[in-house]
Amino acid sequence: MSMSEPQAGPSGRRTRDPVSTPPSAGPLAKREARLAWGLLLPTLISVALVIILPLLAIFWISAKPINLGDLRPTTPDVYERLKGKPKATGDASIVEFRLKNSSREKPIANVTMVDDWPDGLVPVELDERCAIAAGRLSCNFGDWKPGYREKLQIEVIAEQAFLDSGINIRDSVPVMEGDASSDLFSLEFTFENFRAVFDSSEFVEVLWVTTFYTVVGTVGALIVGMMAALILNKSFQGQGILRGLFLFPYVAPVIAVAFTWVTLLDPFSGSFNALLVQMELISAPINFFGDRPLALISVTIFEIWRYFPLSFLFILARMQSIDTDMYEAADMDGASPFQKFYYLSLPQLMGILSVLFLLRFIWTFNKFDDIFLLTGGNAGTRTLTVNVYEQAFAISNIGAGAAVAVVIFACLLAFSFFFFRFMSREEGL
Amino acid sequence: MKHGLFVAPVLGALWSLTIIVCLTILLAFSTGLPVRPIWLVSLLQGVAIGGIALYVGHRLLGVGLALIVILATSLMQPFAIPLDQSPVAQGLGLLVLAAGLYLPLRVMLGHLPAAALNRHQFEDAIVRFLTGFGYVFFTAVVIVPFYVMVMTSLKGQQALLLNPLDFSIEWDKGWDLFRSYSELFTDYNFASYLFTSILISIMTVLVTLLFSVPGAYAVARLRFRGQAMMSRSILLIYMVPMIVLALPIYVGFSMFGLRNSLFGLLLIYPVTTIPVALYMLQGYFRGLPAEVEEAGLMDGLSRLGVILKITLPLSLPALASVSLYVFMIAWNEFLLAFMLLDDPSKFTLTRGVSMLNSSEVPRQHLMAGAVIATLPIMVLFLGLERFMTKGLTAGSVKG
Repeated sequence: MSMSEPQAGPSGRRTRDPVSTPPSAGPLAKREARLAWGLLLPTLISVALVIILPLLAIFWISAKPINLGDLRPTTPDVYERLKGKPKATGDASIVEFRLKNSSREKPIANVTMVDDWPDGLVPVELDERCAIAAGRLSCNFGDWKPGYREKLQIEVIAEQAFLDSGINIRDSVPVMEGDASSDLFSLEFTFENFRAVFDSSEFVEVLWVTTFYTVVGTVGALIVGMMAALILNKSFQGQGILRGLFLFPYVAPVIAVAFTWVTLLDPFSGSFNALLVQMELISAPINFFGDRPLALISVTIFEIWRYFPLSFLFILARMQSIDTDMYEAADMDGASPFQKFYYLSLPQLMGILSVLFLLRFIWTFNKFDDIFLLTGGNAGTRTLTVNVYEQAFAISNIGAGAAVAVVIFACLLAFSFFFFRFMSREEGL
Repeated sequence: MKHGLFVAPVLGALWSLTIIVCLTILLAFSTGLPVRPIWLVSLLQGVAIGGIALYVGHRLLGVGLALIVILATSLMQPFAIPLDQSPVAQGLGLLVLAAGLYLPLRVMLGHLPAAALNRHQFEDAIVRFLTGFGYVFFTAVVIVPFYVMVMTSLKGQQALLLNPLDFSIEWDKGWDLFRSYSELFTDYNFASYLFTSILISIMTVLVTLLFSVPGAYAVARLRFRGQAMMSRSILLIYMVPMIVLALPIYVGFSMFGLRNSLFGLLLIYPVTTIPVALYMLQGYFRGLPAEVEEAGLMDGLSRLGVILKITLPLSLPALASVSLYVFMIAWNEFLLAFMLLDDPSKFTLTRGVSMLNSSEVPRQHLMAGAVIATLPIMVLFLGLERFMTKGLTAGSVKG
């Protein structure tokens, strides 16, 4: 059992060696490493596709002047029909293709069309851009200008074979192809999106709102969670039920609890306002999610309400693993309850508290659904994440939305730097 | 300050305010009566009953004395309305008030002398008060919203507008009570949303487990270059915000025609849950005794054989908790479903509920939708709570 292959990560921690490995990277170790990568491969590929690729894409998009409407691809459109139905052999009719460029702004190059051509339909004169061979009509239209339209008509004489087959020419859909440039793929880059985002007077407010929401929400959830853990950190009947109950806000779907709070706090028909008025605490109903700066405070309190269970759970788990001998010794020395909490419990909890703080800080910073459902980002509650949605979908400026997303990502990188510095010290991750 | 004759009335007064507020909410919500606390009188009652709790140890006598104090100080109107309005409900409320004041206060103050206190006694009383307050406060803030959610779904729009505080159940309506629920299923296509959500959530769980079990095993047990980096990257990916990814995914899906398809959702959901699952599972795998696996290897099993025949059966509890957690994430997911699905026939439950949030749809339908979305996950969670809490904390909290 030799410990070969030093693999001191930044944390300097090694996992326990489960099997005997020969010194240096022997064949067994190599095989193990191969197996490990093999086991991880599906995960790595899927994560790369759905997480790394979009992360790179967001940088690309943020430097593009594109709108929601530009996402619809520019395509050559066609509508095919037979004018004048042939009834007997030798009847003349016209096969008509209505051709159109779907975009009014962008040209399409090298437009081609391929369609099935039924037997027994003989063209009188064929457009020079088209040819019929082996039951297929193929046309080459060259380049189309923006908004290009054309009616391509082919005069035909019907033969018996066509009448017998009963083919409807509209059954086969013509295949159109063409090269349309998309702004998304052009090699033109601009800082316009970033300038628009940073220049706007709103940006300072968005930053302030994000900071308030994140800091107060995180600290609040930690403190409230700790209080809940403190009162449940003793065994009594019904403790399990209470613990389950306290987790409700976290487990329920955000959509359900957010709409419930909106209903509860509604200024016109909400029970909470009615209750306050009846208790003579206020004289007129309060618009909790509609007035500045109350809306921001309300969404932050909602955030605390919804996420205190998580810190409660982790802190309680840590509390229950603290050795009780210590407290007994403290009791002997005559320590008071507050002293025991301050000098004994708190230092023991510091590790989990700092980890929870960092985790919750990052997650609160990233939070989108809650505010979006409660206020839609109105009344001074627009955080960075809500701003991404606002720019991209409400103003339909995808590029600007991506620019805000890049700002979020940059903040996140900074956080994770801190995160790993603290994590590796406190919990040895 | 640290004197029994000071602490008892102060804590009594504070506790009295706590109880009277809770009881007012309870009475108003269950009967619709225009009850309200008389603040000054409540303070007085608290002071008096705090004193009683200090001296009187006999429970019946204490509650009886509390009753007398409450009725006398409030001039026979403990809830600010005459006692002959709904006398049964008010009588019950009165009893609860007297017991709720005397009994907890006795627990908080019963061991205190009516004299100067030492630091230990003083802080003990405060801790007891805060604990009591905590139970009441947390239970109230958690239960009230869910109670309102359920009750609103059972009321008519007019009844609620008339008195937003009246959540009493109109038993005489019979099955009509559940009208908003049946309408959601008949008129709003909720059966299909429910089915879609169940399908998507279960598929997400299966795909997540399929990918994360081998991955977690590799990170936890096998030795390879980049192992430490890998376990950190998992956490890092765990932190990438969905809204940042949602935009490029929206753009990409629009181009490839995957937007508005459940297949598209099934491509993303598992990837958002795989890092969580990987993280939780590798924590659990590390905790399993390696000796059992070594024995398996000695007996001629291959690595994959060891995983299948030894590790997996041993980690069934962890698999259960990870499945539950992933199911919860997929079931509750809103953002992606909201952005990527436009076609009402393909909505998931959360997307369907968000559709009900419009001024044309009555509130009780929205709340009934919320109940339908909440109930299954709650039932699952309460049934498997032990797994859930273990699983959630197992991943990162050690010792």
